[in-house]
Amino acid sequence: MAGNKIDVAYVANLARLELTPEEQTLFQGQLEDIVKYVEKISEADIAGVAPMMHGRPLVNAFREDVVRPSMDREAALGNAPARVGDEFLLPKIVEGAES
Amino acid sequence: MELYELGIKAAQDGLAKGEFTSTDLVESLIRRYREKNGEIGAYLTFDEEQALALAKANPKSVPIAIKDLINVAGQPCTCASKILQGYVSPYDATVIRNLKTNGFIPCGRCNMDEFAMGSSTENSALGVTRNPFDPGRVPGGSSGGSAAAVGADMCIAALGSDTGGSIRQPASFCNCVGVKPSYGRVSRYGVTAFASSLDQVGPMTKSVDDAAILLKALAGRDEMDGTTPDVPVPDYPSAIADADMKGLKIGLPKEYFEVSGMDAEVKRITDEAVRKCEAAGAELVEVSLPHTGYAMAVYYIIAPAEASANLARFDGVRYGHRSAASRDVMSLYLKSRAEGFGPEVKRRIIMGTYVLSSGYYDAYYGRAQKVRTLIKRDFDEAFAKVDVMLTPCAPTPAFKFAELQDPLTMYLNDLFTIPSSLAGVCAASVPAGFTRETKLPVGVQFIAGGYEETTLLKACKAFERIMA
Repeated sequence: MAGNKIDVAYVANLARLELTPEEQTLFQGQLEDIVKYVEKISEADIAGVAPMMHGRPLVNAFREDVVRPSMDREAALGNAPARVGDEFLLPKIVEGAES
Repeated sequence: MELYELGIKAAQDGLAKGEFTSTDLVESLIRRYREKNGEIGAYLTFDEEQALALAKANPKSVPIAIKDLINVAGQPCTCASKILQGYVSPYDATVIRNLKTNGFIPCGRCNMDEFAMGSSTENSALGVTRNPFDPGRVPGGSSGGSAAAVGADMCIAALGSDTGGSIRQPASFCNCVGVKPSYGRVSRYGVTAFASSLDQVGPMTKSVDDAAILLKALAGRDEMDGTTPDVPVPDYPSAIADADMKGLKIGLPKEYFEVSGMDAEVKRITDEAVRKCEAAGAELVEVSLPHTGYAMAVYYIIAPAEASANLARFDGVRYGHRSAASRDVMSLYLKSRAEGFGPEVKRRIIMGTYVLSSGYYDAYYGRAQKVRTLIKRDFDEAFAKVDVMLTPCAPTPAFKFAELQDPLTMYLNDLFTIPSSLAGVCAASVPAGFTRETKLPVGVQFIAGGYEETTLLKACKAFERIMA
């Protein structure tokens, strides 16, 4: 992986972040340094080593499948940036549909 | 003595004896808040009316300050981010419910680095927090507001959260006890997620006994957080009552004592702490954690990767900031997130997205998870030989504002706290002394194995006793 170059403009779009030209230039340099630093892990001998996904692995961490009270509708909508009636209001998503 | 100076144990004793009520405690804290917050900035908000109402309804309860990423019904939860300004929590996190059923009330919202990303609280988008021991210096981070509130006697105790050192490093900078519990020991339901394979909530207190009391209240299995195992929670306060240095096997990981760039005063204080433990009867054992040198790199792949996924929820749809300039769904995402997040959060989202992206996943995230296994094994092997490890907590005392400009330099301030986070074990910072010239507090770190909080807190309490 040595020599991989991060394309900040491309990745930022994948992450749905609009960057100003100044941010893009600043982050490009900073993230190149960070990427270069983390490439240190390529030196470790990982042959036959299993990945560690969690601080303490648990399997089948299920709870009983029972109906219980859920959050009140008004409470759930309380922080909505925009709403109409009992729903979150959003810009049109489907191409060609009436907004 | 003012009531705000009390710790948990003293406050509980006074409440039990009827010497004062919760209302007296809260009124004292409000006076302190009005007098000190302008200077220290430990709190982003402190709803005086609500705190008084909670105290009135729970007259035997002890107020606890809360890091502003833990949901408390009816309180703000901004994560020190513009994207959550104005948000009011509709529910209590499990740790808050646990506090309430154990005689505590949540009062005041502590400042932090935005979304817990940082080591100085300078990344807060909503306020500046100053170190109570030198207003020209940072309180550490990301739980800097919680640490400053404890260090400045602006609370009885506080909750912080720790992903790679965010409880322990600010505790070291502000002269308090800070405990990062083992992974899964404390529920994260209702705690805004940063890096889900690492995040833990923990106590920040004025004494080890207080940390034991608070951890006992917080810990345990929670159906709402599938990472909390059904492991019984010991009664930490009584389990550590007879803590003694005598016979304690303390490991000194050599990699932590060979670091270049360690402050001379931190080194002096740590060496002195080691000598005092030995003089009090501890057995010192040199151990090795050979993969320590990879820990920072592993962390700065895994934590941003998980953060980029967790922060995808901030999309301007159901809560949080929505850009007024958005015209369609794509611009709603792009602009709301651009306007809402600060620079460090953006950097980490981009870094995390990069290491998870097609073609890079195996080389970065996949590989980092394997190196993480090697780091965990180092700890397992060391704990086969010793009860606890003793290390410096941070390479420097509190630094000055804007002293660490470059993000990578700031990251390196966490090099002693990150490996134990990756290993999932428990660790704590305990006050160990002050620098000679600058009079800044310095903590040392004790580390114990997974779910060995009793052993950890015993070592911390024995240490606190010999330092008294």
